[in-house]
Amino acid sequence: MDTSQTLLVFFGGLLPLAVVAFVLGRRKALIADGQDRRLHSLPAQYGVYVATWMALPALAIGFVAATADLFGLRVPAAPFVLAFALVAAAVGCALALRRVQPTLRARNAIEKFVYWTLFAASLVSILTTLGIILSIAFEALKFFQQVSVWDFVTGTQWSPVATFRPGQDSAASQFGSVPLFAGTFMITAIAMLVAIPTGLFAAIYMSEYASHRVRTIAKPLLEILAGIPTVVYGFFAAITISPLVVEVAQSVGLDASYTNALAPGLVMGIMIIPFISSLSDDVINSIPNSLREGSYALGMTQSETIKKIVLPAAFPGIMAASLLGISRALGETMIVVMAAGLRPNLTWNPLEDMTTVTVRIVDALTGDQSFDSPETLAAFALGLVLFVVTLVLNLVSIIVIRKFRQSYE
Amino acid sequence: MNQRVTLAPSRALKKRYRAEKRFKAYCLGALLLALAFLVLFFADMIRQGHSAFIETELRVPVTYNADTVQFTLESVPEDIAPMVSRAFFRQIPRQVEANPALMNTTETRWVVANSDVDQYRKGYTDSLDADLKASLERMEANGDAAYGFNDGLFFSGDSKIPSNAGLWSAFIGSIYVMLVVLAVSFPIGVATAIYLEEFAPDNRFTQAIEININNLAAVPSILFGLLGLAIFINFFGVPRSSALAGGLTLSLMTLPVIIISTRAALRAVPQNIRQGAQAVGASRWQSVRDHVLPLSLPGILTGTIIGIAQAMGETAPLLLIGMIAYIPDAPTSMTQAATVLPAQIFTWAGMPERAYVSLTAAGILVLLSLLIVLNAAAVLLRNRFERRW
Repeated sequence: MDTSQTLLVFFGGLLPLAVVAFVLGRRKALIADGQDRRLHSLPAQYGVYVATWMALPALAIGFVAATADLFGLRVPAAPFVLAFALVAAAVGCALALRRVQPTLRARNAIEKFVYWTLFAASLVSILTTLGIILSIAFEALKFFQQVSVWDFVTGTQWSPVATFRPGQDSAASQFGSVPLFAGTFMITAIAMLVAIPTGLFAAIYMSEYASHRVRTIAKPLLEILAGIPTVVYGFFAAITISPLVVEVAQSVGLDASYTNALAPGLVMGIMIIPFISSLSDDVINSIPNSLREGSYALGMTQSETIKKIVLPAAFPGIMAASLLGISRALGETMIVVMAAGLRPNLTWNPLEDMTTVTVRIVDALTGDQSFDSPETLAAFALGLVLFVVTLVLNLVSIIVIRKFRQSYE
Repeated sequence: MNQRVTLAPSRALKKRYRAEKRFKAYCLGALLLALAFLVLFFADMIRQGHSAFIETELRVPVTYNADTVQFTLESVPEDIAPMVSRAFFRQIPRQVEANPALMNTTETRWVVANSDVDQYRKGYTDSLDADLKASLERMEANGDAAYGFNDGLFFSGDSKIPSNAGLWSAFIGSIYVMLVVLAVSFPIGVATAIYLEEFAPDNRFTQAIEININNLAAVPSILFGLLGLAIFINFFGVPRSSALAGGLTLSLMTLPVIIISTRAALRAVPQNIRQGAQAVGASRWQSVRDHVLPLSLPGILTGTIIGIAQAMGETAPLLLIGMIAYIPDAPTSMTQAATVLPAQIFTWAGMPERAYVSLTAAGILVLLSLLIVLNAAAVLLRNRFERRW
């Protein structure tokens, strides 16, 4: 029996059993009700109570068996596990049925069950973060056993020698991450130069100047920019903007590479405009009107009010929005994979080709390399750095936004 | 006595008014610039992609006999054969098998031209042999060469032959992946949101969960790919490139989107609904299940659709778990190797032939239309059913 069949039998069998348990539990409650003994809960709740106690032991056994199997422990064959789960279900059902009395607080038990189920669901998001940290950290640790952290952080040469078999010698590889981060920061900086002024000024226009009608049209249009998939932006950057940059550079006598850093930076900036503008828009809107009116009363014009009153008050929020934008740009993958170069290049010239952290991660993990080759492990080390940097940026901006909201509530 | 009061603004004031106008113009300019990008972007995609929706078809006599079934190139006249798509020749044995009456007949029919001819006719390349150009001109003059709707773009799978490549397998793959995303992230997301909004005590742990969710929403998507690779594929043994692996990975990405929008929808239900329910004896869960949830359902569904649309356009994490494989046939199960629409677009974007540039842009137009339909559905749902309190 393969996994999917086992699962089918397991859940397919559990469902009718649960219905039977529900009917039994409710009937017992109804009989008691018929004898004029006052029930604590509704009859159906007794049914749910019995069905839950029937299903829980079976589910627990299935879960334990699956987990044990995953960790390579010896597990009895699937039919035995199924039979065992069935017996446990029957025992649970019988015990719960015996407890069904008019005085049993079935509703409270259900309430408790629901509470813990919902609580368990909320743990999934914590487990996800944990999963990201663990999956990256373990492989990154393996990498740092082979390459010293110092070389990784300060080295200016990134030239891994491809290894396709486990254990192959890779002593000639160099893993200096500085050129990768230089490329990442260059492209991020270009993106922010486009996104922050455009996004911020657009947000000011929409929240301070625009009529209601302009707002209701312009806002969703800007959101379309945010909804365009990144792979589409990548194609746009590679096929339209890059050649355009090369042409313009040539016309002023400059030499540009077709995988220059400027094109992905510009397109990434366009992509981030709506993030900055919608977050700044929210922030500016939450500045109370009394501040503006006070300023007008003193004879300030609207732009003076915005520059001297509204923006300083909204500054923490705008800062936070920009940090989120930077975090987004650092981790952006498709645009740079499609439009930026593959060559690690330490330069100040955005017209040269540069590569980024995310490009190297994708490159290392989509090749035919063996999974424990240093280059694959290096991808996880780069992922770890990316995670830590974006985590710090995100946390700072989340906390700043929370504080900001509270200060004007 | 009658001293005249000048109401004309002083020079300093004029300067301030000019600054006011300038500032307003900058702001408007920024907004228009952002919208201009949008227009430029769509215009460029349509310019690049529109020609892939049509394809060149040639009217040629096709001969079916024992020879041509074996040497399929001989089924059409010698001078036309180099212009016909290889995909057509591949079909000839199958056509005869399906319809034995065709054997030993000659039929005049419209067949798809190969991409060299197609690209030449559309004016993208000039690199066609002189004698082919001549025969093509002759056929055009006779009305034997025309444009037809490229149904292969929608109804055939990926192919190394550009004139035969289509989005079908990627579309089916996308649907499989989205089903997994919906099945995993919707229940867990809604349950988490209900817990946080309706049940959770206000303590440090709850705040940690909240901050964690907000952070997850901003974690670079590629890191979810690393998680999928290390946990789902290497640890749990989910088949690489499968719709299941992709769906589970994207579920974790979609989860925070659904949680955040569901919480907003739950928060929009006024407190007195809950109080009313509890006043007549409902428990907390009963008041949520019977009153709060039905009232917030439009908002929850809107958020879910937007989350699904986001997941549908996501590529980066899928690259790492191998969903860029060459998939000519649509997958038939969750554990089979599959690809999705954005991954197909990425694959095509990397192909060397000129024809794939148009195909990529056409694929982008199809993907964008799907996303716009999804988002429009979400907005409609919200406008139609959302209650304002």
